[in-house]
Amino acid sequence: MSGSTGAAPVSESAGPSRSWTAFVRRRAVAALPPDKLLPDRQPAYVASWIYVFGVLTIAAFIVVLASGTVIALEGPQWYHRSSVGLFVNSLHLWSVELFFFFMVIHLWGTFFMAAWRGRRALTWVLGAVAFLASVGAAFTGYLVQTNFDSQWIATQAKDGLNSVGIGAWFNVLDLGQMLLFHVLLLPVALAALIAGHLIMVRRRGVVPPFPTEDQVSP
Amino acid sequence: MTETKEWTGPTREFDVVKEFLIALVVVSVLTLALAWLFSSPDDRPITLARWAKAAPGDFVATAVTELDGTSGTATYGPPYNSFPGAGQKLGPLPLQRWGGVRARVDTAHDLVVGPLGEVPADPQLHAALAEWTSAPAAVQTRWATAYSDALAKAPDGNPAKVAAGDYGPVPLMMTRLLRLGQTGALDGLLLAGAASQGTFYATDYTTPLLFLADGTYLEDAARAQHLGGDQWGMTNETGSWPGQAWLWLYTFWYQIKPFSTSGNADALVWGLMAVLSVVFVCVPFIPGLRSLPRHLGVHRLIWRQHYRG
Repeated sequence: MSGSTGAAPVSESAGPSRSWTAFVRRRAVAALPPDKLLPDRQPAYVASWIYVFGVLTIAAFIVVLASGTVIALEGPQWYHRSSVGLFVNSLHLWSVELFFFFMVIHLWGTFFMAAWRGRRALTWVLGAVAFLASVGAAFTGYLVQTNFDSQWIATQAKDGLNSVGIGAWFNVLDLGQMLLFHVLLLPVALAALIAGHLIMVRRRGVVPPFPTEDQVSP
Repeated sequence: MTETKEWTGPTREFDVVKEFLIALVVVSVLTLALAWLFSSPDDRPITLARWAKAAPGDFVATAVTELDGTSGTATYGPPYNSFPGAGQKLGPLPLQRWGGVRARVDTAHDLVVGPLGEVPADPQLHAALAEWTSAPAAVQTRWATAYSDALAKAPDGNPAKVAAGDYGPVPLMMTRLLRLGQTGALDGLLLAGAASQGTFYATDYTTPLLFLADGTYLEDAARAQHLGGDQWGMTNETGSWPGQAWLWLYTFWYQIKPFSTSGNADALVWGLMAVLSVVFVCVPFIPGLRSLPRHLGVHRLIWRQHYRG
C-alpha cells in the first residue's frame, strides 16, 4: 500500500530484534563469522600432505554426486544399453573408489593427530558417522546396479540384516526401497554430516600439534 | 589448555576456494582417466528363464524343495516365515525372531502353486493343481519328498529321467513350472504385487531373488567370480574390478573361527561390527584409546616442520 495513512514511520533500528529468527542469525554469525568460515590465513603448522586428503575427499564427493545426478537424469538402467551411460557409470564407480581412498587416509591422518583434542570431539564424531553413512550409501549403490553383482550381493547381505532383525524394515531384495535410499535418503544424510563436519572444522580450527615436553612442563 | 584456544602462533596465507578448486580438478581428471582406462563391470543379471534353460535339473530340484517345505527360504524363519526353531541369535538374544515376519513368503504357494494357477487353458495342469490342493498336507509332503529323492538319483539330475513312482501330480506340476520358467513368464509372475494381486507396477524382487538363491546356479556363478562368502566375496567385484574394499573388516570375520563355523555367524559378525563402530565413533571419549596417537609418534612425521622450528 502507498500513500499517507497517518501512521508513525517505522524506526530503522530501535536496538536488536527480539525475534527468534534474529537470535538464530546472531548466534550463527557469532559462532562462525565470515573470516572463520572462509579464512585467508591458517596456522603455520598446517604444512603436510596429509591435510590435502580432507579436501580431496570433499572433491571426490562432488564428483560422485555429479556423476550420480547424470545417471539419475537418464534412469538406473541407462548404462546397460548405452556406451555413454557405461562411461558415466564408470565415472561414478571410480569417483566412489577415490572418495573412500582419500577418506580413509584422511581418517588415519586425523587419528594419528588425535584431532579430537581441544573440544573437537564433535568434529571426529561427525566425520566417523559420515564414514559409516558412506559405507551404507556405497552398499545401496551396489544393490541398485540391476545386474548380476547386485543380485548376488542382495541375496548374501539379506542374511546379515535379517540375523539382527533389520531386514524386515531395510529389505535389500526390494529394489525400489534400495534405490530411494541410494539416491535420496543416504546422500542427503551424508551431505548434512559432511556439512556439519566442515562447520566444526572451521569453528574449532585445525587441531594444533601435541605440545612438546618443555611446553607441557611449567 | 592451549589446544582449546585460538591459535596465536605463526600463520601462513591460505585460499580455501583455490585449494578446493585445485582438488576438484585433480579428482575430476583422475576419475576421467580411471573410467577411460578401466571402465566398469556390468554382468547381465540371471533371469529365471536363463536358469531354467541352462540348469533345468537345478531349477526343478529347487522348485520341489519349495513345494515340500525344505528349501532355504521355507526353513529360513523371520522375516519370511515362522519356521520352528529358525532364526539366528546373538548370544541369548533372538534378534531375528524379534524382527518379526514382515515379508511373508509361502514357498509352496508363492513360488509354485500360485504361478501355475495363472496358466490359462491347460485342463491337465488345473486337474493336477486341484489334486494337489485337495490332498492332505502329509500326502503332499510324501509326494514331493519322494519326487525330490528320485530326482536326486536320476542321471544328471535330469527331470525327464526320473524313475517311475508314486509322486501324485508333482511331476506334471514340475514339468509345467519348468516350461513356465523357460518361457520367461515366471520372472514376471514372481514379482511382488504382480498379476496374482492385480498390480501392474512392481519394484520388490524379494520372491524371485529368494527362489534364485535357493538353487545352486546363482551361487556357482558367483563362486566362479570369486564372490563366495569364504572368498572375501563382499569386498570383491565381478571380474578384476575393485569392489567394496572398505568392507574388509566386516568380511574378515567370516573367514575365521568361530564365525566361519557358527550357525549364528551373521548375528555374531553384525553384533561385533556394531560394537566396533560405536568404539570408532567414540574414540575421543575412551580413556587409553584417545591417548594412543601421542604414543604412536606418527604426529612427529606430520608436524616435523613445526617441531624442527
